[in-house]
Amino acid sequence: MSAHDILVVGGGHAGCEAAAVAARMGARVGLISFDPAKIGAMSCNPAIGGLGKGHLVREVDAFDGLIARAADAAAIHYRMLNRSKGSAVWGPRVQADRDLFRAYVQQAIARQPGLEVISGEAAALLLAGDHVEGVVFADGSQLEANAVILCTGTFLGGTLFRGEERMTGGRIGEDTAQRLAAQLREASLPMARLKTGTPPRLDGRTIDWGRLEEQPSDADPWTMSPLTLVRRNPQVSCAITRTNAASHDVIRANLHRSPLFTGAIDAAGPRYCPSIEDKIHRFGDREGHQVFLEPEGLATHLVYPNGISTSLPVDVQLTMLQTMQGLERVEMVVPGYAVEYDHVDPRSLGADLQMRSIRGLYCAGQINGTTGYEEAAAQGLYAGMHAAASVKGTAAAPLDRANSYIAVMVDDLTLHGVSEPYRMLTARAEYRLRLRANNAATRLTPLAITAGCVNDERLSWFEEREAQRQTWQEALQETIPATRLAAANLRVRTDAGRQTIAAWLRFPGIDLVALSPWLPGELDPSNELAKEVEEDCAYAPYLERQEGELRDLRASDAVSLAVDFPYHQVPGLSNEMVERLSAARPASLGTAGRIRGITPAALAAVLVHARRRAA
Amino acid sequence: MDTIFALSSGTPPAGIAVVRISGTQAGAALAALAGAIPPARRAHLTDLRDDAGALLDRALVLWFPGPGSVTGEDLAELHLHGGRAVVAAVERALGGLPGLRRAEAGEFTRRAFFNGRIDLAEAEGLADLLAAETEIQRASAITMAGGALSREVEGWRERLLHLSAQVEAVLDFEDESDVGKLPANFANEIGPLAGALAEALDTPSAEVLREGYRVALAGPPNVGKSTLFNALVDSEAAITAPQAGTTRDIIERPVALSGIPFTFVDMAGLRDCCDDAIERIGIDRARGEVERADLVLWLGPEHDGPSGAWEIEARLDVPTHTRKATARHRVSAVSGENIAELKRALASHAAEAMPKPGVNALNRRQRALMQIAHAALVDGMNQSDPLLLAESLRQGRVAFDALVGRTATEDVLDALFGRFCIGK
Repeated sequence: MSAHDILVVGGGHAGCEAAAVAARMGARVGLISFDPAKIGAMSCNPAIGGLGKGHLVREVDAFDGLIARAADAAAIHYRMLNRSKGSAVWGPRVQADRDLFRAYVQQAIARQPGLEVISGEAAALLLAGDHVEGVVFADGSQLEANAVILCTGTFLGGTLFRGEERMTGGRIGEDTAQRLAAQLREASLPMARLKTGTPPRLDGRTIDWGRLEEQPSDADPWTMSPLTLVRRNPQVSCAITRTNAASHDVIRANLHRSPLFTGAIDAAGPRYCPSIEDKIHRFGDREGHQVFLEPEGLATHLVYPNGISTSLPVDVQLTMLQTMQGLERVEMVVPGYAVEYDHVDPRSLGADLQMRSIRGLYCAGQINGTTGYEEAAAQGLYAGMHAAASVKGTAAAPLDRANSYIAVMVDDLTLHGVSEPYRMLTARAEYRLRLRANNAATRLTPLAITAGCVNDERLSWFEEREAQRQTWQEALQETIPATRLAAANLRVRTDAGRQTIAAWLRFPGIDLVALSPWLPGELDPSNELAKEVEEDCAYAPYLERQEGELRDLRASDAVSLAVDFPYHQVPGLSNEMVERLSAARPASLGTAGRIRGITPAALAAVLVHARRRAA
Repeated sequence: MDTIFALSSGTPPAGIAVVRISGTQAGAALAALAGAIPPARRAHLTDLRDDAGALLDRALVLWFPGPGSVTGEDLAELHLHGGRAVVAAVERALGGLPGLRRAEAGEFTRRAFFNGRIDLAEAEGLADLLAAETEIQRASAITMAGGALSREVEGWRERLLHLSAQVEAVLDFEDESDVGKLPANFANEIGPLAGALAEALDTPSAEVLREGYRVALAGPPNVGKSTLFNALVDSEAAITAPQAGTTRDIIERPVALSGIPFTFVDMAGLRDCCDDAIERIGIDRARGEVERADLVLWLGPEHDGPSGAWEIEARLDVPTHTRKATARHRVSAVSGENIAELKRALASHAAEAMPKPGVNALNRRQRALMQIAHAALVDGMNQSDPLLLAESLRQGRVAFDALVGRTATEDVLDALFGRFCIGK
């Protein structure tokens, strides 16, 4: 018998979550890394969370994942984005000290029972027919396992670009996984290339901070994970500067030296995180673009200028930087660069992120065409959970578009594929009002507990919280007459009658703090749980209106379509529809309906055919 | 799936009768009756024979191989002489072939929809077209079957996507990039679309066409409602007796006046006091009918009727009848005096309320979805929180998608990224 049930290749955000969750579920896991000292490294911006991304972090945390607590352990700046809007789109984001983050992750990995870190280069997959059986290392040694999870990030066939320079690697100064990439290409897996980029790193001591607008850390003491009780690190401020006409002139004059415009890179980059040369080229009429200056850590002077990812030549980068206010005398420590890398067409993966043509092989993170630590971590968790459930013969948590951003992402990836690096956005989630960053535990921890993803500490935290929620639910059923609220100077119509607290919370301007005289004394109307309960009530009318839609969703998800469903035999399906459906291989009628370009008539035809086959 | 057949033209006897056969066995059925399959899409005169070789009819046959046929399946048409016996004999012969059965109501249209030949709105239009009994019904249905509604909804959906994209940009990017705030007058941008929906909802509904313009006769007991009702529908449909409170239930009768479909409704007299429980139920129902009717003919005391009702001075033949100073019509159902004038006036009034040819007439399902979309937009206009505004717009999109039967959120992102410089 082999020593490992599951081997995870790559120790980035996807690999760590995959290995950790599988081990929490009781699988024997090996985590393979080029360099174990780099496990948990943040290779791009020193921040965790953000709009949509913060949701993913909280969801991974609800499964007892690492990323939220690692972010808290490393956080030197907290900012809740979108605070002026409804809480469902609040985006918790922290600046993280790279060293502290990496240290936390490495410690968590080291402490996790059943998880072994293996140093080496996974050079090839050990295949037997359409099954994966393990990994072959560069030195020729082999390890066997029932499942392999590829979390290779940009290391798969990575090439770095900077001006006229070319380097092989996934991250500056590090090796790449060329041999593995070659094997995957030979296995005729559908592969494509994408690009991403990173800005230059600045020496903070050469920035004139005094001339720049300061952005302090949030004063209220929220944390990424509810299990983090207090913020541990001193908090630092960020600053904001802008590009200007002079910066744009420098860029325009040198566009011909950027590999993005010379044709050296033809892979698609993210529209929502474009390089500065892209921004100038496409939106040249703008007077300037914001640049956030984000300190990289407490023990370093490095500053990350968020918003100017670039692959211009080194001399141009510096000239451009020095045109900006506060950066006139800035020194550049590491120049920015673009990286082009291989990714697997995620449409070749099933809804469990397992490769359809190679059983036992799972893929998570940038290898699936996504961008971002959070997206990677969420996929790692998801793939790790499915791999462990499959190995152990248990059931993974049932995630769908109505209960998690994680499922929204997996569904989008496996159905639509990617034409640019995929980033989470709240706009991608139809049921956004249900999927709030602050109710992730309520939505998902019960499912995580059932699937066996949760350790004792989280379990007892959650049980206590549920007990409190029960108290809240009872309190919310208390009724109060309108006249008494009016008497307490709340703005309600006195003829509104007697209503429950839950119903009153739907009225604008009425919150739990205002209703606290009618609440049991032991309930704190301003804590996190209270906020969640309050929002549930406030959003209730909208959620009720969605019920019909959800019924339809689940009904059509219940009509399952076999992997070998013969679309070409369905009468009336055009070639285009047959092609789209065959490429995506939807698991159900519901997923078929979400494939881009599928017409209602095609869906109806598929439904009829599915019924006939079932009969 | 079974191969289906049905008489697709009107009830025989008629000049010709068209029998359609659709499905995988259509070709075999055609070959069995006609001896061979004729060239596709060409009229072909041939003898039809049953399995014993007996001549059934000499008919024009047409062969449309799938998927380019109207149902998307193999389809044959037999243009027979339209006698009852001929049609019955051919149908009997078809029914005896393996895999063939008589079609259920609407089954050809359903197959056309399932096979992607028409979308939902077109299918509904086609169903209306087939059910059309009057010229005005036909003119309206053909507009719908041609996909006019789908095109109009598509236009609205595009406009809504554009609005959604602006809100989504603010929600997902305002804090970290160059996307500006939502304009303070954003509600003004939703307004015109909400207005277009309101206007569409304001047009006469398909039900008016299908079920007729609904005219209720109302008034206190024993003022001659049922007598007038009978005169209007030209029959003795309602029970009449000179005792107050005879008509306890609702009686309705569809008729066509000058080509306009009507439904006349006779009901219990409206009065407040009565001990008879059954009659009280009748009165409650009558009040509901008054609400539901497109027009009320009021036979009671002047100015006591519901607003918008026509004041009718009835029973001109009875010397003691109640006179009205402002009566719109003065009639006697017994002598027939002025009844023709009343009918003419009703017809020209109802014609105004009917869908105009070339204008989309929404059926109940479509109207309900449009109302949801309209309510969502109006709700959105009153939202100060862009999150709830976005949810309202999304619900509008869901309703539009349901109208033509599709869903997509990726479209919003496409619309969004084309218009903004988004990035950190």
